[in-house]
Amino acid sequence: MQTTENINRRNFLKITGLSGTAFILGLYASGNDSVASVVNMSGLEESVALTPYIIIEKSGQITIMNPRPEMGQGTYQSLPGIIAEELEVSLDQVTIKQTSGEKIFGRQSAGGSSSVRTNYTLLRKTGASAREMLIRSASETWKIPMDECYAENGKVFHRPTGKNIPYASLAEAASKLEAPKEPVLKDPKDFKIIGKSTPRPDILLKVAGKAVFGIDVEVAGMVYASVERCPVFGSKLVSYDDSETKKIKGVQQVVKAERIVFGKNHYEGIAVIADNYWAALQGRKALKVEWDHQGFDKFNSNQYEQSLRELAKSDGFVVHNSGDFDKAFAESTATLEAFYESPMVSHSTMEPMNCVAHWQAGDMIEIWASSQGPSLIKDELSRSLNVPQDNIKVNIMFNGGGFGRRLQSDFASEAALISKAAGKPVKVIWTREDDTQLGPFRPMTFSAMKGALTADGKAIAFQHKVISPSLSVNRTANDDKSKPDNLMVEGINDQKYEIPNMRNHYVFADFHIPVSAWRSVTSSTLAFAHECFIDEMAVKAKKDPLVFRLEMLNKESDTKKVLTKLREVSGWDKPLPKGRGRGVAQYEFFAGLCAHVVEVSRQANGSIKVDKVFAVIDLGTVVNPDNTKAQVEGGIVMGLVAAIKDGIRFENGKSIQTNFHNNRMLRIDEMPQIEVHIIADGGNTIKGVGEPGLPPLAPALCNAIFAATGKRIRRLPVDLAKA
Amino acid sequence: MINDHAFTVDVEPQMPLLWVIRDFVGLKGTKFGCGISQCGACTVHLDGNPIRSCSFPVSSATGHKITTIEGISAAMDHPVQKAWIELQVPQCGYCHSGQIMSAVALLKKNPKPGDAAIDTAMRNNICRCGTYQRIRKAIHRASELMTTETKKAF
Repeated sequence: MQTTENINRRNFLKITGLSGTAFILGLYASGNDSVASVVNMSGLEESVALTPYIIIEKSGQITIMNPRPEMGQGTYQSLPGIIAEELEVSLDQVTIKQTSGEKIFGRQSAGGSSSVRTNYTLLRKTGASAREMLIRSASETWKIPMDECYAENGKVFHRPTGKNIPYASLAEAASKLEAPKEPVLKDPKDFKIIGKSTPRPDILLKVAGKAVFGIDVEVAGMVYASVERCPVFGSKLVSYDDSETKKIKGVQQVVKAERIVFGKNHYEGIAVIADNYWAALQGRKALKVEWDHQGFDKFNSNQYEQSLRELAKSDGFVVHNSGDFDKAFAESTATLEAFYESPMVSHSTMEPMNCVAHWQAGDMIEIWASSQGPSLIKDELSRSLNVPQDNIKVNIMFNGGGFGRRLQSDFASEAALISKAAGKPVKVIWTREDDTQLGPFRPMTFSAMKGALTADGKAIAFQHKVISPSLSVNRTANDDKSKPDNLMVEGINDQKYEIPNMRNHYVFADFHIPVSAWRSVTSSTLAFAHECFIDEMAVKAKKDPLVFRLEMLNKESDTKKVLTKLREVSGWDKPLPKGRGRGVAQYEFFAGLCAHVVEVSRQANGSIKVDKVFAVIDLGTVVNPDNTKAQVEGGIVMGLVAAIKDGIRFENGKSIQTNFHNNRMLRIDEMPQIEVHIIADGGNTIKGVGEPGLPPLAPALCNAIFAATGKRIRRLPVDLAKA
Repeated sequence: MINDHAFTVDVEPQMPLLWVIRDFVGLKGTKFGCGISQCGACTVHLDGNPIRSCSFPVSSATGHKITTIEGISAAMDHPVQKAWIELQVPQCGYCHSGQIMSAVALLKKNPKPGDAAIDTAMRNNICRCGTYQRIRKAIHRASELMTTETKKAF
């Protein structure tokens, strides 16, 4: 697809290299300056660029480009499906191709539950433009009015006679037409794909073992590498002895490696390069390495967490201030305070980090990887390796999970450097231990909460102070701490509760361990403190927690709508038998809005069983209802793991957790029943699907535990004995 | 024998079967997840029984019949695969070769498993995307499909 970068100002253009002649339709890319400056199409708005998402070949082959990597969230169906809907083709008629970071497609990365909500209208217009041009081309061929023609199933039909022409025969003539300024979009009532639970084409590959993930890539002349890195962050390599390593059959070479995180944290390593992966791994085990930990081996989570509790005494930055919190708090006769703690966790994608890299002559680099963004890999390699973006070719494979981990491309620059040293293509595979211990991790956040009630039990004042390391400072070059990091207070100022006096704070905490976004980012932890404390206020007010929330939602809002629906579908007002409890929580943040009711029961041995989760997600418009449900189910499971399993704890400078035996995941026998309801009132409002199901899980669970046991959980993972 | 084809490889006897299957035989459907028999992504059948190929030395596999995800059906029409497609089970899909191999082995031994039997047989397979509810439903569905197919066969 390199040729697409040399695109001209035509709506369609001929390119070679595909089978025969192909026509590529361009369309609007979302405000990307670099693209807009390359192409300035006539007939379209000034800032609009040509982006070739649809390729129709003379053979009849139709290819639709997917600009967002598939990591399980369903973009391989949803995005091409939106184009196919308007183009009037079914997904089984088309080949779907993942884009590779070509500038013409704008920024390509999957994160923030943004793939559908930011591309929906653009992709519809892409498909609709192509359809309109194909219809016009048919009407000119037949010399009949356009309104007697319609498109269906990859063909244009003449309504009165039923005669038809396949798109393949029309594409060349269509390519010579002007793109419509305002393509007419389909009436949603005519949708065949959007809003339907269309099967995901990638599933056919995945059940056959044929989906190619990054770890499955093989290129000619490739060797394998395993890298010894120090799990104590901040250590320096003193020396290593590879004499035993080199005796292992298959080991070819031992070279120094370098892992660069966020372009600024450099970690040394020793790469063992071998004919096969097992030999590389055995060679790595035989290395004798001496590290200077530079004191970082004294670091441990217990001490660090104590320092966060101390920091909570400072004010930090005020990030929201409405009404007069101090006055309302002082005047209230019913006040409460609580301190909440959420742990670090790992992403632990099932496919460990890996990368195939080939550093070729002339500093040309080719990468094959599971990554959330080809653009991200290009940025990282260009920045860290000082190589022009145009020298970098990226091939994005199916991601065996992403969850934010694959927004970082540290594994790619490291593999590229090893390939450079080896002088051949190298596949670097991280062990599960590497993947678990080396981060970047979701940071812990601690929350100091204050609340006050009126005499009749209404919330009058509220405060959420976040104390945590900063994602933004951690990943940027300048370590600027002069402003609060808005990522770390995500959503706390934006819940729809009508509380007249609210002041929120953020307190920076220094941290030497790399941290990164994790599915639903900081909402994944802040929702726990926020929505559990709301529950505490409800208890203090002697009110039903859901009623208490609704009483703070007098204005119409999506939150009110979601909680009202949840009350109904969960049977909230029907009492549960003794020993059982239910809890509710909602959280609205950049990705969208979802609310859960969790039901738990006390077991004979004193433990708690999570029986059922009712979820209501608000979307506006839904593209694939079944996939939406799948994503909410997944968010709930991931939220549950983070709420009840081990998390990541440091001792002697390194993560205690190393693999799935001590960094445990949920297993099928612990799986609650999940019932997902979707609110999709239509219109062009569209919210995210991948993340919103996660944040409300922990607070709904802990509120349910309180209802069942009277124990208030203020620290995760849940430990009933300490509560 | 892997999927009814005989292979001869010249490798270290201690090399786990997983890497032989993936990198010497070239069947990439079987996945590496943990290397310590904790996650089940590498599940294959040894004479019909599920094993964790990441921790199984290739020397112990010689002379046995190995089946991988690529070997359970020629046309993606094993009842378990059909059920997995019908219920749209996988998300990222990385663990599902292993999930399917565990499910196929379960249904062979117990054609009509209850939830408890499913939990016992499947609890060694981790899915980080959280598809467990669908896995459970799909195993029940595959069980139904197998019964129908058996009836048709007569």
